[in-house]
Amino acid sequence: MKPTDTSNYQHFLKVVDCQHACPAHTPVPEYIRLIAEKRYTDAYMINWQSNVFPGILGRVCDRPCEPACRRGRVEEKPVAICRLKRVAADYKEDINRYIPTTPKQKNGKRIALIGAGPASLTVARDLLPHGYDVVLYERDDKAGGMMRSQIPAFRLPETVLDEELSYILNMGVEAHFGEEISSLKNLIDSNFDAIFIGTGAPQGRWLSIKGHDKNKGEIDTGINWLSSVTFDHTTSAPKRVVVLGGGNTAMDCCRTAKRLGAEEVTVLVRSSFEAMKASPWEKEDAQAEGIEIKPNYTPLEYVFEEDKFKGVLFERVESIYDATGNRTLKETGETLLVECDQVLVAVGQDTAFPWIERDIGLRFNKWGQPALNKATLQSTIENVFFGGDAAFGPENIISAVANGHQAAISMDLFCQNKNAETERPESGFNLISQKMGIHEWSFQSKISQDKRKNVPHIEWEQAIKELNTEVELGFDEKLALEEAHRCLNCDVHTVFTESTCIECSACEDVCPMDCINFVEVDEKQKTSTEQQIKSQLRVQEINPNQDLLVSDKLKTGHLMIKDEDVCLHCGLCAERCPTGAWDMKKLTLDNIGATIK
Amino acid sequence: MSFEKSKFHHPRLAVNDLGLTYRDYEGSLSTLCAGCGHDAISSAVVQACYELSIEPHKVAKMSGIGCSSKSPTYFLNKAHGFNSVHGRMPSVATGANLANRDLTYIGMSGDGDSASIGMGQFAHVVRRQLDMLYMVANNGVYGLTKGQLAATSDKGAKNKAGEQSLFTDIDLCVMALQLGATFVARSFSGDKKQLVPLIKAALSHQGFAFIDIVSPCVTFNNQPTSTRSYDYVHEHVTTAAIADYVPVKKEITSEVADGESEDICLHDGSLMRIHKLDKKYQTTDAMQAIVDIERHKKQGEILTGLFYLEPTCSHFHEMNNTNDTPLNKLNQDALCPGSRVLTGINNSFR
Ligand SMILES: Cc1cc2nc3c(=O)[nH]c(=O)nc-3n(C[C@H](O)[C@H](O)[C@H](O)COP(=O)(O)OP(=O)(O)OC[C@H]3O[C@@H](n4cnc5c(N)ncnc54)[C@H](O)[C@@H]3O)c2cc1C
Ligand SMILES: Cc1ncc(C[n+]2csc(CCOP(=O)(O)OP(=O)(O)O)c2C)c(N)n1
Ligand code: SF4
Ligand code: SF4
Ligand code: SF4
Ligand SMILES: [Mg+2]
Repeated sequence: MKPTDTSNYQHFLKVVDCQHACPAHTPVPEYIRLIAEKRYTDAYMINWQSNVFPGILGRVCDRPCEPACRRGRVEEKPVAICRLKRVAADYKEDINRYIPTTPKQKNGKRIALIGAGPASLTVARDLLPHGYDVVLYERDDKAGGMMRSQIPAFRLPETVLDEELSYILNMGVEAHFGEEISSLKNLIDSNFDAIFIGTGAPQGRWLSIKGHDKNKGEIDTGINWLSSVTFDHTTSAPKRVVVLGGGNTAMDCCRTAKRLGAEEVTVLVRSSFEAMKASPWEKEDAQAEGIEIKPNYTPLEYVFEEDKFKGVLFERVESIYDATGNRTLKETGETLLVECDQVLVAVGQDTAFPWIERDIGLRFNKWGQPALNKATLQSTIENVFFGGDAAFGPENIISAVANGHQAAISMDLFCQNKNAETERPESGFNLISQKMGIHEWSFQSKISQDKRKNVPHIEWEQAIKELNTEVELGFDEKLALEEAHRCLNCDVHTVFTESTCIECSACEDVCPMDCINFVEVDEKQKTSTEQQIKSQLRVQEINPNQDLLVSDKLKTGHLMIKDEDVCLHCGLCAERCPTGAWDMKKLTLDNIGATIK
Repeated sequence: MSFEKSKFHHPRLAVNDLGLTYRDYEGSLSTLCAGCGHDAISSAVVQACYELSIEPHKVAKMSGIGCSSKSPTYFLNKAHGFNSVHGRMPSVATGANLANRDLTYIGMSGDGDSASIGMGQFAHVVRRQLDMLYMVANNGVYGLTKGQLAATSDKGAKNKAGEQSLFTDIDLCVMALQLGATFVARSFSGDKKQLVPLIKAALSHQGFAFIDIVSPCVTFNNQPTSTRSYDYVHEHVTTAAIADYVPVKKEITSEVADGESEDICLHDGSLMRIHKLDKKYQTTDAMQAIVDIERHKKQGEILTGLFYLEPTCSHFHEMNNTNDTPLNKLNQDALCPGSRVLTGINNSFR
């Protein structure tokens, strides 16, 4: 086992679990600290820089950061990172003056973006300040993609969406709304220097079970139906609605149906309740609104009686897991007819590229997805790039944003005649000491023992009556500050210097989490140094995915090993070290886009 | 500013037979200088008491004056404690032990506290064979009063102010051996692999157990002219034997690979296991131990480890044939039986 390489940022970024888990590597602890200082505008701009849509994401992000949050490993629940992002958006001042300006003098390169979802808009935002002419084609009348057409207003108000889209559109995008691209070949022929395809995964999956062909409108895909609600084509729901599927689309369908007047809304899903794809908070909210979720039912047939739709016939199944965690469904033979007036099928969506000619050199893989270079998002036509759901199938907004940054770097390199893969920039980094005096740090090192704060919401009875009223109210300032103090400042790293350590063990003794170990390794022994190190840890590590910080040899030949996984970043090790061998240093990255790999 | 230790602990932290983690044995967060050896001793005491599953409220922490004597505040928050006058810990510990023999007594002293002002007290508590663990945190200076040379400091060594030690040093282990201590060891605060088992063995020893612990004073005696600095000790330390306590039901595997081990069976069936790093060393011969200590000192080495153990000794209560029930548990009538009994006693002398 080699000493940890601290000459680049990789080890340090991985320690900041939330930031590392965020596809766009948003500097989470940094913005939470700014919120704790009530610097909401600064907190917003830090977000805006990396995730582009803080007000939107502060409401509806999939939050891969939260399950990763270290706080969830040292106590019950992670920091409410997403809700704090919304706090920054809610309490910021006018930010227009901080939006980068687009140069009058253009760089002479023209870029086409297809689709006005989060992926394309991120590319636009990143490239406009560099002087690119950005031309956007969107078949809908407004920008936003599925953030507008699919995500219901009771989760994401239109005003929030419009505000954040306008920051980008007003930077100087040449937008063509209501214009569908029906031939990639024609677009390529229009002499754009580079083209970005961010057309999403717009096709809802149907279930081809018995009775499907008799459908006269009683059965619809969830995403068709949701967009027809958004665009006011559907304004009411029948009395009894069945939703098939267990993901977030299913949750949005059932909650929307309830608001449109359906009295009995039932979600039936093949998996167990726990294994449902929907986020836990979506399931909780749906149940709070009086929606019944029936797990372990697989649909067999749409039942019609003399051509009149009656309902859906299900069979109860059991989920059986093998040793490797793979699930198989065991049929029980037990059936259930759920009578209803409308079925919404929310069992998945796919990309659709009928408008891409198959003879122009753009290769598709065996799943019908474009063949892409993962590092550059470049297709087999060198000036055509993909991102968002169009690239890898349905994901989420923050992944679309991350792809947007990645593609923007590639397109910029390509347009400057550089190799998008081999000449990619790497982010510089800095580790800055936070020491201000004895027992004094520039961050709040005292660990709050508070439990996670619940976000206030409107009454559930009111919620189910109002289609466009946002359910969550967001944190008030008091709750926001208390929640912000739960953050462990994981970006303030414990940095160790071998040469000054006198091996007094003060740090090892004081550490509340038993992170610090001084171990002896014998290279002559048969067992590997890694095994020797791991067997000597004070407490066996929980999460081997979080690397150990391994020092070089100390004066006595011993090694300092720090288990980064459960460190509270409380700074006690650095406070108790007599020689300053430990210091608390904040990681800063100069080019976050370049850290997205 | 933070100076507070979080109550969070490692989710995998083990518990002992009482269901307690080692964190339950901690004291207040230390206010000693960062890096003081005494803090490492406190943490070794915490670990030893945790491993032995001692009930914290059945311990009495006794000390005098000095940084070392402040240390009991930093371990076993739930134990009883008494910070006595400078050098007088042995008398107070004797009184406490007489009143309640059911507690485990941990005395924490310094080289100033024991080898200067408390020298007489130290000598007599050894002679008395009080059932206790007596630890001296030996840093060669009076830390609390800013680094004057202590009587244990090696002749010729200089403190931070440049003052040289002109007189012969006192070796408290040698003294303890001469005065009949039945468990004598020396250790180093920077070596918990050795210190923790020694403390466990000493706590399990029924009789007077003495451990002199070299414990660098980072602030006033960690300079290159010191023979008690971290660097000097790391370079000059050598170990003879380590004792460990093996409870009746547990079989432990030794962490010390070299040498050989020797088990001494105690009356309750548990074992005192002596790991000898060098099989030449005897732990049953006090005179030989003195010779070994002095020989290493001449070679410029600090000999550590268990020097002497007499497992079947008798202690103060046995020697004095005192009451089995602690005095504090006897009722008024038994303790003070009144003039009728006194008259009887007086008459017996007539
Ligand atoms: C019901 C539902 C709820 C969701 N909820 C969440 C959530 O809470 N949080 C979350 O993070 N994600 C959520 N998602 C997923 C998220 O909306 C998408 O992952 C994200 O919007 C993808 O962004 P994108 O830029 O790749 O494409 P999209 O947002 O899909 O945008 C693509 C755009 O391209 C346009 N377009 C397509 N083809 C053409 C063409 N040929 N010419 C011109 N324009 C075209 C489309 O009209 C659309 O506007 C949800 C999805 C659904 C279906
Ligand atoms: C009766 C009395 N005399 C002198 C002092 C001053 N004094 C306080 S601590 C101390 C020396 C402590 O040295 P040591 O026991 O070695 O403890 P250390 O601080 O080195 O751990 C002295 C002389 C005192 N407190 N009381
Ligand atoms: S900051 Fe230092 S003392 Fe605090 S938990 Fe991390 S390693 Fe331990
Ligand atoms: S406290 Fe500092 S000097 Fe002491 S062991 Fe830890 S890192 Fe080394
Ligand atoms: S003065 Fe010396 S003995 Fe006292 S706390 Fe500081 S380092 Fe320890
Ligand atoms: Mg001293």
